[in-house]
Amino acid sequence: MAIQTRPESSNDNLESPKTAQPYLEIRNLQTAFPGNEKPTIVVNDVSLSLARGETLAVVGESGSGKTMTFLSALGLLPKSGRVIGGEALLSGRDLLKLPPREMRALRGSEIAMVFQGPLSGLNPVFRIGEQIIEAIRAHRRISRRAARQEAIRLLERVHIPAASSRIDDYPHQLSGGMRQRALIAMAIALDPAVLIADEPTTALDVTVQAQILELLSDIQAETGMGMVLITHDLGLVARHADRVAVMYGGRVVEQGQLSDVFKRTRHPYTVSLFRSIPHLHTPADAELTPIDGQPPNPAELPPGCAFEARCYLGKGRRDCVSAIPPLAATDLNTHLTACHHWPELAGTGANG
Amino acid sequence: MTVNEPTLRPASEQDEPILELHDVRKVFGSRGVFGNSTGNTVTAVDGISIRIRRGETLGLVGETGSGKSTIGRIVLRLDEPTSGQIMFGGEDLAKLSVREMRRRRQYIQMVFQDPFGSLDPRMTVGELVAEPMFVHGTPRAEIPLRMERILKHVGLDPRMSERYPHEFSGGQRQRIGVARALVLDPSLLILDEPVSALAVSIQAQILNMLRSIQRETDIAYLFIAHDLAVVRHISDRVAVLYLGRIVETAPRDKLYTMPRHPYTISLLSAVPVPDPDLERQRKRVELHGEISSGTAIPTGCRFHPRCFRTRFIATQQGGSTISVEGEQLARQCVESDPVLVSAVGDDDEHSAACHFPLSDTELAAVMGMRLGDKPSLNDHANSQTQEHNS
Repeated sequence: MAIQTRPESSNDNLESPKTAQPYLEIRNLQTAFPGNEKPTIVVNDVSLSLARGETLAVVGESGSGKTMTFLSALGLLPKSGRVIGGEALLSGRDLLKLPPREMRALRGSEIAMVFQGPLSGLNPVFRIGEQIIEAIRAHRRISRRAARQEAIRLLERVHIPAASSRIDDYPHQLSGGMRQRALIAMAIALDPAVLIADEPTTALDVTVQAQILELLSDIQAETGMGMVLITHDLGLVARHADRVAVMYGGRVVEQGQLSDVFKRTRHPYTVSLFRSIPHLHTPADAELTPIDGQPPNPAELPPGCAFEARCYLGKGRRDCVSAIPPLAATDLNTHLTACHHWPELAGTGANG
Repeated sequence: MTVNEPTLRPASEQDEPILELHDVRKVFGSRGVFGNSTGNTVTAVDGISIRIRRGETLGLVGETGSGKSTIGRIVLRLDEPTSGQIMFGGEDLAKLSVREMRRRRQYIQMVFQDPFGSLDPRMTVGELVAEPMFVHGTPRAEIPLRMERILKHVGLDPRMSERYPHEFSGGQRQRIGVARALVLDPSLLILDEPVSALAVSIQAQILNMLRSIQRETDIAYLFIAHDLAVVRHISDRVAVLYLGRIVETAPRDKLYTMPRHPYTISLLSAVPVPDPDLERQRKRVELHGEISSGTAIPTGCRFHPRCFRTRFIATQQGGSTISVEGEQLARQCVESDPVLVSAVGDDDEHSAACHFPLSDTELAAVMGMRLGDKPSLNDHANSQTQEHNS
């Protein structure tokens, strides 16, 4: 493979919301599941946007609402889940208001999703080629033969060796990395404007992970596709994202340009995440600072800030206990945080 | 394998190892539906020698299929070694009967990855922690006291001992698993991916606990994981595995700052660091293809099909090359199996199994370690890495 450069963070200059119409814009989204007494809100007032060619990383632990946000937008929530408020605009059209048939037509062709765990997205009893051909023919009127040619081209595009024979393999005949490539081939088959990649490499070895993400970056550079990268790996975020949203307890708690969130962190949860995980570039003997306690149960969120009980900054403080901090501007343009006491963090970068 | 001997010689007499594996092999025979041998075998561990000293942590890293978990299971003889010695406390565990082995297990304990699957849901925490003591005949009168001590040690409130595992979070369950493993005062603990199933904000709690227990008790750890940053954080020495072999082993800092084996270098370069400036200046060494399987181990150096180094060496003047699937590779890499030998001078702490281990300057060029430097081996670096502008 020849030298490749990362697609220049081309949005840096064009990025202000006035000039670039966002591909995907989620506004004040709220999603609930039935609970014992009252509904459990798993996505709470979430607003996110994604521009053309941009990569937005959504960071959070399991239960933070990061996957539910996008399942809601795509109409893929489990049966008992309900979107109870907000909008999810794709090029100006509200996905939440579309009749199921139109949503099905958009899903895959305009907006596609790749899930964690490459086995979950492939049907084990069909050859991978058949599954890709079916995905193509569900949206485009072309012959089987043409669709098969197209499927081979897609498998080659995701660097599956000997694509013209691999197309007739069953999923179990492929390695984990190859299965994830096949899933990506299926997701990009119809050239979607937006790809949601939900922990696309979590189950894979680190060397395979690097290959898969380089592949996604390459595809993005070619097509201008916008990508949402849902992950808990801050290293991957540093490498691939343009902007970052950090989620906790169903809300976005910090959001901004990559360098702002990483170098001028304005939320104590984000700071703690950096300090609690060992990294290759920090001193090997440095003591880790664990985050006390557990991530919150969405069914039992406190009346104040969801992070208060674990927070080194706000624990026990009156406003933190009683009032949910709104996501609001910081000292930095386009950098938002949901913390009552963020000014006390000024001068702390997560990276020193 | 006498060639491995240099790394096995004790540095001094006080450094007596508590565990030494000598040339351990494990071949799994594959069986058909009716239990008949199909003749296909998988070599999971292919001649491994390691040593662990008292109070020391040896980290074993490797990808899926490297054999790292099998090694942990072999030490406890949960899997039987096909050949080789497992020296522990002056005897070869591989030679013990099943019954004798069972008694030794109080000195070697294991913590598993999955804190959900490894605890019996019908037993209370107290019963779970007391069970090893009943099995190994601890006097009944001692049990309550030891249980209380160990629960405090792992950061659990002894009053919780009447509760069941499902009432605990993942991190707390892993603490219960560690308490169960430590309650018999073992001298060696095998930890197989002990934090990889936990929420990221919880992992540090368990890692810190393991470090503090080691400082207090002088217990040795065999720490098996795929996460290079986690292994670096907890280990004194590290061994990198590839397809059932150790390809490089060194004291922690040497391995992470001066790796010599192309596989170690490829692995380290694949791990992104969460600093945008640093990360986007780093170069990525590309691995060719995917890991082979233990059913068909490549000839010569088992890493050669994926190695950037052999491709570079093949472009240099003077060496003999061979064409494999249309690519020129160094002949030696394809035809001769490299042994694990000292990687730099006579440093017998740092060994690599490579015909062409990288020098410091070559390493800097390949990894872009000295940021801003122009790579001195331009062609080498360019054809194998992807430079990321920021």
